[in-house]
Formats: sequence, structure tokens, C-alpha cells
Amino acid sequence: MVELSWKLLLNTLVQRHGRNPVRLLQMLREVQESKGWIAPEMIADLADWLGLPGSQVRGVADFYSFLHTGGPCRYRVLFSDNITDRMQGSEALLDYLCGRLLLEKGRVSEEGLVSVDTTSCTGLCDQGPGLLVNGWAIPGVTRERLDQIAELILGRRPVEQWPSDFFVIQDHIRRAGILLGSGLKPGEALRVASQRDPVSLLEQVKASGLRGRGGAGFATGLKWEACRNAPGDQRYVVCNADEGEPGTFKDRVLLSRYADLVFEGMTLCAYAIGAAEGFLYLRGEYRYLLEPLREVLNRRRAEGLLGRNILGRQGFDFDIEIHLGAGAYVCGEESALIESLEGKRGIPRNRPPYPVTQGYLQRPTTVNNVETFCAAALITHKGGDWYRSIGTPKSAGTKLLSISGDCAKPGIYEYPFGTSIRQILADCGAEDAQAVQVSGPSGRCIDATEFGRRIAFEDLPTAGSFMIFGQERDMFEVARNFVEFFAHESCGFCTPCRVGTSMLKGAMEKIAAGHGTACDLGEIEALDRVLNQAAHCGLGSAACNSTLDTLKKFRPTYERRLKSLEFEPAFDLDGALARARRMTGRDDAGAHLETEA
Amino acid sequence: MSERQEFLLDGEEVPFIPGQTVLQAALSAGRYIPHLCYHPEFKPHGSCKVCTVKSGGRTHASCTLPARAGLEVDSATEEMNQLRRTLVQMLFAEGNHFCPSCEKSGNCALQALGYDLGLTHAGFRHFFPDRPVDASHPSLLLDFNRCILCELCVRASAEVDGKNIFSLSGRGIGKHLIVNAASGRLADTGIAATDKSVAVCPVGVILKKRVGFAVPIGKRRYDERPISAQALEDAPRPPAATAIQETQ
Repeated sequence: MVELSWKLLLNTLVQRHGRNPVRLLQMLREVQESKGWIAPEMIADLADWLGLPGSQVRGVADFYSFLHTGGPCRYRVLFSDNITDRMQGSEALLDYLCGRLLLEKGRVSEEGLVSVDTTSCTGLCDQGPGLLVNGWAIPGVTRERLDQIAELILGRRPVEQWPSDFFVIQDHIRRAGILLGSGLKPGEALRVASQRDPVSLLEQVKASGLRGRGGAGFATGLKWEACRNAPGDQRYVVCNADEGEPGTFKDRVLLSRYADLVFEGMTLCAYAIGAAEGFLYLRGEYRYLLEPLREVLNRRRAEGLLGRNILGRQGFDFDIEIHLGAGAYVCGEESALIESLEGKRGIPRNRPPYPVTQGYLQRPTTVNNVETFCAAALITHKGGDWYRSIGTPKSAGTKLLSISGDCAKPGIYEYPFGTSIRQILADCGAEDAQAVQVSGPSGRCIDATEFGRRIAFEDLPTAGSFMIFGQERDMFEVARNFVEFFAHESCGFCTPCRVGTSMLKGAMEKIAAGHGTACDLGEIEALDRVLNQAAHCGLGSAACNSTLDTLKKFRPTYERRLKSLEFEPAFDLDGALARARRMTGRDDAGAHLETEA
Repeated sequence: MSERQEFLLDGEEVPFIPGQTVLQAALSAGRYIPHLCYHPEFKPHGSCKVCTVKSGGRTHASCTLPARAGLEVDSATEEMNQLRRTLVQMLFAEGNHFCPSCEKSGNCALQALGYDLGLTHAGFRHFFPDRPVDASHPSLLLDFNRCILCELCVRASAEVDGKNIFSLSGRGIGKHLIVNAASGRLADTGIAATDKSVAVCPVGVILKKRVGFAVPIGKRRYDERPISAQALEDAPRPPAATAIQETQ
């Protein structure tokens, strides 16, 4: 019967996606969601239908964290493992749930019922610890909640029937500025734009000085213009909603509360560059937003804001489709995102050529962050000069910050560029901050002496993550968490990142275990250098930022863990016997090697 | 005829044809830049990063860096060679490479590069990954322990043999080579010992059975002359001016 239901599912799935290999990731994701895993025969069947080598389909499935090929499992519980989750007690909670379910972390229970593991930041830092159950997000986890979850799992109650209050996620908008407080109505900016020609819209965006909000800060107007001028008859607009940088959750709020503004910005971009198709690449962690976002799209179609002849303007055709990611941070890099949109492994491309000339399906493509599109809508409505007058000369407008960590009021804050860290800390109630990680693990760690610095492209550029660490926090553990994150999220394409991030993780583990020496600090510095010089994309070159910064600013937290020796081998003789001890059930003195005290 | 164009490699002029990358142009001009995953018959790939050079204060993989008139490139510097040594050390640490017992010893590009760069020690703690071999095929052996993930076999099988025998799977340090068979075994694929994908493996992963050690160690390819000398002989001249496009 399983066989029959699978064939039925496969058939409808493949038909719905037009047997198009470009849709492979979307199909795999749907198989995962309805079957709980992707079995070898499912891979073989899909490959047959799509005319792809089975190994290629498998290669795609095994690239993404939320696609499982190892075996069936009815409930997959993934605890968000960002440092802010850990600060809210996620590690002890994970152990607690494992205890309740008599499970070992990372292993599926014998009967294929449940597994408990960790995943990279789920974007619930302001209401953590967060977790995902079969992809559905649950914030604010407590022991009581885990007791309820354990009961539901053991009672084999489908996740759709779990109490809906488990899944309620707050927006926590603490400070609204021109963007969050604009009150712009659906279609309002589009109406302004459609009365003029596309080039004058482009000029407005250029005049505004808007720079990409995803972190790199490329001038949005220039990007749109390059895409418009690139040769080709089909162009694409892509909204990067793969908000994976640990500590960032502002796009989650924009997509929950301001979806119209996001889609409006994408439609404006389409008008400016001459695109008829757009994609919103939504990170898998925000699966719960898929249906609400589709409803918004449907409403906009009904209102004439999407589809053919938008707002009655002949030839202004544009529509948007939502693609879901499946747990791969690297897909936030725009060329990796495009690969993923094309149904492939999310590997950053070699550049040049850039996406503006050869992006999705090798055609001109504009990829922008969620917040960038919102700002573009605002600019269209109110004018480029108005926008430029806000912020600093080099950083126009405002920036949304996702504030989490040790503060009284975590949440979303909108500030004009040029606002000081000190001001932000005062506003969110962080009285005793030791350090702030600005722009997430790939950003910079700043200490109290630098709190006078400002959020701006020319001082502290940021994609929006803002994690605060109080005096009692151990900055070594912060850096270790980030290093683990990069090792887990490296795509594995280039040698320095694939091997280097794992070596960095190993060195940090060795120091954490009390076996570190001055020699290991030297190794970390050497690895940092290699990652910086040779990594293929920003993930690898940023992977060393946290160790570089904390070694420089909080070196004592490393040094007090070191042995006074010059060198100590990482190989642990006694540790090597652990497996033998487990197999024989022994743990007495005779089963241990003597260690020199 | 297009106008002759040049860029500077370590202070010396190197001519190029538009569309060539720095590495391609250098090799066809008889100038060696150490490299590993690049192969003259395939599109540049840019994953091993051994060919990294410095230009304009920034580092780039020279195999994918488009040659431009007036570009100034530094390659034979101690800084770049130190980086290359570290990258080769990383590859040695990542897999299980036991040169003395490897059939490929003396014919292995990784080993040859290590010698040529003057690698004297391991440098890093080895990972000792658990990678079972696949001896299922009657005439070929797959020893994944030595895989450096250069994807040459993947590319050769897809582009030259038209068979798609090999793919990459997994992510990060878990990335690994797989074969296109439901069983996961090489015997259940359509590979032949004469395939390009077999010949192209620069290390000892894809080996022919029953011909092991036919040439004694000491008389093998890189025992005769270092890889830097031989790479230049392999470089196509005049060069095939293939524009680099996206490579994955």
C-alpha cells in the first residue's frame, strides 16, 4: 500500500512541477514533507521521471540538512543551536527531551519514531530557545512544553493536530521608523511607478543611494541598471529570503507583517528591469510562512497587482513564485541561491559572470534582500532625494536590526544609519554589555571600548544581526559556537573552507577540553589566514572572523584554558578506548589508561 | 587577427587570447603556476585553490581569473607558495594517504605537488575518515580514501564519456564521491576501464586491477621529472581559447 501511495504522490508531484529538473529541490522537499524521508527507490523513481542520473538526485538530497535519506522517522525534532539559544538553555533542554524519549542525540529511535538533534539558527532568537518539529517552528521552549511534546510524540499524534498555541510566533517590533511605520497600502507605490516609465523609476532608486541590505551593500540602482542593460530577452527578479545569518530575524517579521511591501518592491524591480517572472527564495526554517505568503500573492493577483497587465498597464506582466530552501546557509550567497533555485546543490558559482548578466538559467537576474525590496517600494512612493536625506552621506536610509541576547527587550528595531551602538544598547535595555556581535558570525565582534561606533557601511556594516553578550558570558564559547556553525554550513566546494573550518572546529574543541597549548593558538591564526586568502566565497572568508576578533579582544578567555606546555597532542589515548568501554559495558579503573596527573 | 595582449606574471609579460584565464594563458606561454583540480581538457573549476595568485592586493584562483591586459599577477612568491603548501597539507590531512603502499605513488599529482612545493611535514592532525573501498567491479577498484574531490572524474564522465557515472554527495567535510547505481556499487554502473573518467583521476582513487606496480616505483612519471616541468608539456599550444562560463 505504501508502494501505491508513493506512485500516486510521485505522479501528481512530477506533473505539478511539469517534469522539470529545475524543480528538483522543490519536489524533494515535498517528498520529505509527506513521506518523512526520501527513500532510495523514491530517488530512483524521481531520477527516471526527470531524466537525471540517480546519483545527481541523491547528491542534491544529501546537500540539504532538512532532506533525509538515511531512513524513515516520524518526528524529527531539531533544536536551534545558535549561541542565543544556548544562552537560553537549549543544550540542557535538548538533553532533557532526549532523556524523556530515551534517545541518543542525533540517532533515530529503533522503531523509526523520533530523533532529536540540533540545527543552525532558526531565527527565533528573540523568543528562544527555538526548535523545529518536522520543519514547523516552535518558539520559547521550556521543560513543560517539552513534556507536552514528548507526550504527543509517544502518543503518535500528527503534528498538524498539536495545539496551535505551540506555534505562535511574535513579531516584537520595538522601534518603527520610515519603513516599518510607512503605512504604505498595497499598490500605492506601484501606482506611482506605473504612471512613469521604467527608467525614471530606476533613476529614483539610483538617486536614493539605496545599498543592498543583505550585508555586502552593493548599490541597488546600479544592480538594477546593469540587469536591465544586460543582453537577453528574459530577466528575473529574485528575493533572497534565505535569512540564515545566526541572530537575524528581521526578514521573518517583514514577511509576516509586511509581505505586501516585499512583493511590491519585487514588482517595482520587475518594472524597472523588464522582468516577467520572480522568485521568493524562502528559507526552510520559515516553512510556516509559505501558505500565508501564497495567500498574499493570490490577493495581489485578484487586485491586479500581479499577473498580466498590472494596474491596467499594457505589457506590464509579472508574477511571483515561492521556492523553499531546505536547510543550507550557503544558499544565502546569491549565486548559490540561484543554483538552488535551479534544483541543484547550493554551490557558489565562479564569478564573473555575475547574476545580473548570467543568473537564473544563465539569464540576467537581480537578486536582492527582502529589506532592500521594501526600501525600494518606499523610495518609489516618497522619492529618492527624500530617502537620501536620511542616514549618513554614504549610507542612506534606515536599517532593521534583529536584537537578541542579553537585553531586556529583544526584537526588531529600525534605526537611521549612523546610530551608535551605545544608543542601541540603551534602547533595548542592555545595561551591562561586554560585547556585541554585529552582523552575525560573519560580521564583527566589538567590545565595550568600541560602543561609540556606528551602524553604517563606512563604519560597522551589518545585515541586521545584533547579538548582545553580558559580562558573565564566555566569549570563547561564543566564538566556538560560530566556528561550529561554519563547519556545519560549509558547502565543501573549496579546500580551504571544507577542510579549514573543520580544523578550526577541532582546534577550538581541543582548547575547550583543556588540552590546548600556545601552539594551537598559532594553528588557529594560520587557518584564519588561509581561509581569508583562499576561500571561494564569503562564507569561508568570514568563517575566521569570530576567532580573529575574540583572539584579539578577549585573548585571556583562550589563554586561561591553555596548558602551560608548548605542545600537546590532540590524540587522547584514553579517549580512544571509549568505544571499547561502551561495547564491553565497562567503566572501571582497569578499563582506563592511567593519565599523568 | 586580434591585437596581441599581455598581462604581467611575476613581473614578466605573458601574452593571452581574450577568454583565457590567467592560469591557461600562463601555461600555454610556458609559465607554471602550481595547480591541482585544473586540467587542460576541461573547463576551469576553481575548487582546490592551489593555483591562488595575488593581484591588486587580493587573492584569486588563477584558473578562473579572466586574463586582462595590464593585470599584474604575483604567483611565485613565498606568501603564495606557503598558502599552497598549507592547502596541500589540508588535502593530505583530510583523506587517508599512505604513499608507500599506494599504487599511484610516483604517478600521483598530489604527491608530486607536495614534493615540488617542498612539503616536509604533515602540518595538521589527520582526520582519518572511514571510507570503505569499492572493489565490486571486475576490472576497476575505487579507493575513496585518496579522493581529493577535484571532480575531474565527474566532469570527464559527463562531458567526455557521456555516462554520468560519478557525482558528489553530502556537504562540507562530509562531501564525498558517489557512483550512479541504486546499489551504490561501481559494478552496477556502465563504466569501462577505457573511460576518460578512469584515466583522468590525478590520485589513486580509480585504479585498474591486475596492472598494479607494472612500472616499478622509482621509474614512474613524477620520479623522472617534477610536476612543474610536466604540466607545461601537457598544456595545449596554441591554446584552446574557451571562455570560462559558470562551472557547476
